[in-house]
Amino acid sequence: MEQEMLLWVRGTGLQIAAAVFVVGMVYRMLHLLLLGRKMSLAQPRGSEWSGGLRTMWRRSFVSTKLSARGNFTVIAGFIFHIGFFVTLFFLGQHIALFRAVLGLHWPALPRGVIDISAVLAIGAMVALLVHRFVDPVKRLLSDYQDYLTWALSFLPLLTGFMLLRKIGFDYITLLTLHIASVEMLLVAAPFTKLAHMFSTFISRWYNGAVNGFKGINI
Amino acid sequence: MKEHETLEQRLHEQGISRRSFLKFCAAMATMMALPPGSASAIAATLAKVNRPSVIWLSFQECTGCTESLTRSHSPALESLIFDMISLDYHHTLQAASGFAAEQSREDAMKEFHGKYLLLVDGSIPIKDGGVYSTIAGRTNLDMLLEAAKGAAAIVAVGSCAAFGGLPNAQPNPTGAVAVSDLIKDKPIINISGCPPIPAVITGVLAHYLTFGALPALDDRGRPKAFYGETIHDRCYRRPFYDQGKFAKTFDDEGARNGWCLYELGCKGPTTHNACATTKWNGGTSFPIESGHGCIGCSEPKFWDAGSFYAPLPAPTADVASVAKAAAAIGAGAAVAFSALDRAKKNKVQQSREKLTVDDLKGE
Ligand code: SF4
Ligand code: SF4
Repeated sequence: MEQEMLLWVRGTGLQIAAAVFVVGMVYRMLHLLLLGRKMSLAQPRGSEWSGGLRTMWRRSFVSTKLSARGNFTVIAGFIFHIGFFVTLFFLGQHIALFRAVLGLHWPALPRGVIDISAVLAIGAMVALLVHRFVDPVKRLLSDYQDYLTWALSFLPLLTGFMLLRKIGFDYITLLTLHIASVEMLLVAAPFTKLAHMFSTFISRWYNGAVNGFKGINI
Repeated sequence: MKEHETLEQRLHEQGISRRSFLKFCAAMATMMALPPGSASAIAATLAKVNRPSVIWLSFQECTGCTESLTRSHSPALESLIFDMISLDYHHTLQAASGFAAEQSREDAMKEFHGKYLLLVDGSIPIKDGGVYSTIAGRTNLDMLLEAAKGAAAIVAVGSCAAFGGLPNAQPNPTGAVAVSDLIKDKPIINISGCPPIPAVITGVLAHYLTFGALPALDDRGRPKAFYGETIHDRCYRRPFYDQGKFAKTFDDEGARNGWCLYELGCKGPTTHNACATTKWNGGTSFPIESGHGCIGCSEPKFWDAGSFYAPLPAPTADVASVAKAAAAIGAGAAVAFSALDRAKKNKVQQSREKLTVDDLKGE
């Protein structure tokens, strides 16, 4: 059965996941944009565009002093996101996938670097989960979706790392689990807080644009 | 037909020395990873056993499996298979033809009922009553069901007999299936590969003759001794895989340096077979040593697993078109629903009654 299952996740399963992901994401993001704002009749004091773009970039760097989130959350969150992106976009095997689907490719990073980025991402996620349990405020704020999205983001990292490092199961099983876990992530992403992978930038742009319009330069 | 002579007599008649026979047994013992000392035990047993009657049925196949066995390097150990058994029926190899051939099959089936080994290569078409492949006016399906009844065990030689193979690939116009899809009450051993490694066929038969039982099988019915590991597990290019050094084309720098063929479509990581250790052509090499990735020929559905040259992470179905269609649907839905939202908003706005000072004054 294992070959048939691998074939399914590489074929039909992936088609379903891609379809749900794209329909869901395009719908949600476009719907968000089309909500529109009433035209402001005030005299603009600055450019919406430059303010918007600047904030999209600037918000990637959080000042822990000014943020209510605390050092730990900010730093661990940072490490996770960077580790996740490096692993996702710079592992040779992943680039081969992008090349096959999008026709685009770029140089891979050496495997040693990927190993480090994956371990950092996994470690940061575990630490964040523990913190969520231990910190009373975070624990009270968390609902099932927080744990669900944690698991959905964690599983691809874990199975991928096991696959590369030959841990636990055989290659076919791990490859099947890895692809399946990514497909679950894709299917859930548009309908959970994981949609922030796109909406973050829209909301940052919006905040920045409002300030830019008013001539506030932050 | 008299009971078949022993292998020892047979080898003696053919002038094959005891020395090369022992060499053969030692090779078999090593290949099957049997404990030291088993070679002499194998030799002692093999020499004494009566050569079993073997009926070899060829169905929907290309004769590649028979070729693999008979064209193996001579005087290869593999060719000893024909001394170990009494091949009472084999399309390609028998001298008899027509009625005489079919007669010899029937005679063997009667005389050695319950004892003969049935070897099958090729898949069995079952669509439309199995009319797509017939021998002497009988369908393969019919012939297999009949021959299986008196067989002690069945050996499915090659990926077609073991898993359906090429005839079973999409869209499978003849309804081709594997032996194990049809026969449920006999021990079946699958020696998959397109073609299978000749030494593996011989090894399995030697094991059967020596121990009187089939070797340990994996969940696909394949002998674990040969299919227990993947090509990737034993590939000499593995260090390059682990370092992420991949050849990008068949003639780039990486290819010349012998880097891993993963991105050129190698299916070694998901393929169980003994190529990397047993090798081909009398131990000369195996495909990856010639610079071509493994195509996964010993696994079920390998024809349907996408292009042989597409890397493992590449989808096996068209994802890009699905994504494009999905984007159009998503965009359409977003536009439609925003229009609805706006219409609703306008309606509410229009139906709202204007608040006047009088309203606020109250009564
Ligand atoms: S060439 Fe194929 S089998 Fe060998 S290491 Fe690379 S992927 Fe694995
Ligand atoms: S290397 Fe792979 S495709 Fe080639 S013969 Fe061996 S199992 Fe079959």
